[in-house]
Amino acid sequence: METGTSRVKRGMAEMQKGGVIMDVMNAEQAKIAEAAGAVAVMALERVPSDIRAAGGVARMADPTIVEEVLKVVSIPVMAKARIGHYVEAKVLESLGVDYLDESEVLTPADEVFHIDKREFTVPFVCGAKDLGEALRRINEGASMIRTKGEPGTGNIVEAVRHMRFINSQIRKVTNLSKDELYNEAKTLGVPYELLLEVHELGKLPVVNFAAGGVATPADAALMMHLGADGVFVGSGIFKSDNPEKFARAIVEATTHYTDYKLIAEVSKNLGAPMKGIDIATLTPAERMSERGR
Amino acid sequence: MKIGVLALQGAVTEHIVSIEKTGAVGLPIKRVEQLEEVQGLIIPGGESTTIGKLMRKYGFIEAIRDFSSQGKPIFGTCAGLIVLAQRIASGEPGHLELMDITVARNAFGRQRESFECDLEVKGINEAVRAVFIRAPLITEVGPEVDVLTVYNNEIVTARQGNLLVSSFHPELTDDYRLHQYFADMVQAVGTANK
Repeated sequence: METGTSRVKRGMAEMQKGGVIMDVMNAEQAKIAEAAGAVAVMALERVPSDIRAAGGVARMADPTIVEEVLKVVSIPVMAKARIGHYVEAKVLESLGVDYLDESEVLTPADEVFHIDKREFTVPFVCGAKDLGEALRRINEGASMIRTKGEPGTGNIVEAVRHMRFINSQIRKVTNLSKDELYNEAKTLGVPYELLLEVHELGKLPVVNFAAGGVATPADAALMMHLGADGVFVGSGIFKSDNPEKFARAIVEATTHYTDYKLIAEVSKNLGAPMKGIDIATLTPAERMSERGR
Repeated sequence: MKIGVLALQGAVTEHIVSIEKTGAVGLPIKRVEQLEEVQGLIIPGGESTTIGKLMRKYGFIEAIRDFSSQGKPIFGTCAGLIVLAQRIASGEPGHLELMDITVARNAFGRQRESFECDLEVKGINEAVRAVFIRAPLITEVGPEVDVLTVYNNEIVTARQGNLLVSSFHPELTDDYRLHQYFADMVQAVGTANK
């Protein structure tokens, strides 16, 4: 009997495919998310848009909130640790969290090194803007990748950019000859073996979700159309006028992302989505997607 | 021969790949009408609460009960096992309630307790690699149920007529024998109907 194997950790992410993972700040929101059909919840002290508004250093959530959420739902519970913050990750693992997000939404604890995720029993998800970042995180032990997008903006443009870019880089790698892969590995700053795997599979060796800016059912469906395996919704649900309805609508739009009539139907009378931010108004320092390499 | 995989949420593509290795055609099923095109159905792993909710919403409860009543085989893995069970140990309502078993959800604990090991399955030569992810267990079986695998005195694979269930995920390995076992069940029904 072996726990924490790569197959067990990556397999956990496979089971989340086609689903929606929702940010929640307390037990009550977690129950709403579960009732709406979320495949997992991300337990947080503040959603990304509030983190932006508050400023200062954003850290791992208070363990009380995480424990509270673990108690009330039967779906998996995820939580965020700062980039490079080994101890926050170990603390969250000890609480029984099912999946860790080494996340750029929080203020990085290390500007060079990420957590060595291979030595954890619990799987990790990490953000990526391009194939190099995705494969470096996988090499460090990440079992799931998500686009970084631009969290807390309610603006899908960065998530679209990252998903398109990763997929176009994968298409390129698929078409390279084997001897060209050595140089490409060097250019991307990734191990040759991992790049060879992408070359052979025609996709990442782990599940790839969309995250960072999903605000409406149509946004979720767009990311699925672009090839995402599933969707994270952060501020989009509990910063909207009617979280329950929004959550259900996003779940259905993700499952039936090519059924436009259905998306029209679930999008009716949803009330206002989160307000959102034009990315162009953000200074480089305010861009969370620039954190981590 | 075509075998469908219920594609509302979960590990759909892995099952399609495994089915195609047995020589059958795999078809993702998103709408109830598509059930008419297939002779067998797999309900994959995923989140049983999500899959159950979407099944209800899109009319799959009645449609799959009807599919089963025609004797067409159904194979449920992990979440698929939960939705096929007549009873859920926590007392929460069941979904399809087709198979005479009681199931305990997340019976091994949280993700950190998820594991893989080798197990003997009745009817299959040599052990299979079994991957358990936040897996359920079968805590009780009715008289019609044939127990195929026991792990630490707990039931993890079982069959009742046209219904096959497994707590673990054969679709996450490149061992296709359990899918072959199911494909043979589907084939046998097809032959009997000719």
